[in-house]
Amino acid sequence: MLKKNEIKVGDTYSEKIVEDLKRTQIVQYAGASGDYNPLHSDDKFTKEIAGYPGVFAHGMLSMGMTGKMLTNFVGDGTLKKFGVRFTNQVWPGDSLESTATIIDIKEEDGETLAEIVIETKNQDGATVITGSAIAKVG
Amino acid sequence: MSKIKMPVEKSHIMMFARSIGDANPKYYEEKDEDVIAPPTFIQSSAQYDPDYFLRPKIGGDNWFGSGKEATGMKSSGSGSGGGGAAMGLHAEQHYEYHQPLKVGDVISAEVKPGKTWEKESKRAGKLKFSESVTEYRNQEGELIITATSVGVVTEKPVEN
Repeated sequence: MLKKNEIKVGDTYSEKIVEDLKRTQIVQYAGASGDYNPLHSDDKFTKEIAGYPGVFAHGMLSMGMTGKMLTNFVGDGTLKKFGVRFTNQVWPGDSLESTATIIDIKEEDGETLAEIVIETKNQDGATVITGSAIAKVG
Repeated sequence: MSKIKMPVEKSHIMMFARSIGDANPKYYEEKDEDVIAPPTFIQSSAQYDPDYFLRPKIGGDNWFGSGKEATGMKSSGSGSGGGGAAMGLHAEQHYEYHQPLKVGDVISAEVKPGKTWEKESKRAGKLKFSESVTEYRNQEGELIITATSVGVVTEKPVEN
């Protein structure tokens, strides 16, 4: 858990959340989450029917990996809110870095809360996720 | 509306954590105590939705992924064909956490349709957005997570 006297507005935390994303990891995510949309594992379907250059990651895999950065930063069980927009697709071979920035620290109903903005970018600097979160602070 | 009843299990959390590359040791240790599921784990409640449309059904013959052909969907022969279902993409996902999601919880879900809207985009033509709100409750009926999902159906594949 973040400590009130150890954080300030403007603090950032970054993590490389995946390096050279493998198709197999996308398959792992499909198996664990239960989302077997062929867009994520079935190249033939994705090229010939859906019209994409090949399989791509579940948005929720990118969000899940971004969430790993977030819990590493704010601690387990401290999140009150976590939300994202998927702004670009994530492809096999991509490397992603995710950054959290504290934009506000406030008291609400006897709790101290940190308001955080989140951005996940790929190796070309393109943003694949923008988001925000609210975490309890100790 | 599907009836979901999801027992939150340690092994499921471990597999999920592996898939997102989360090395938090709590997900891999033997004991169940103090394990709070990763923030997006609730998404895997799809495993417990008997009608989930993104999973091939046992004995079902209408799965839209490839086999001998590029799609197993029986096309009506006109219009957008079998690709229709696949043109749906995930646009946004928001969670509100009311209580920690823990091993041993048995979660039920109630899905409510939300707003719908349209937008024109350069990269994918006309976009049709639709929102759904899911309330996840534990065995005591206590609200654990509220999830808001926004899906988008694109007119054509997104240009990259």
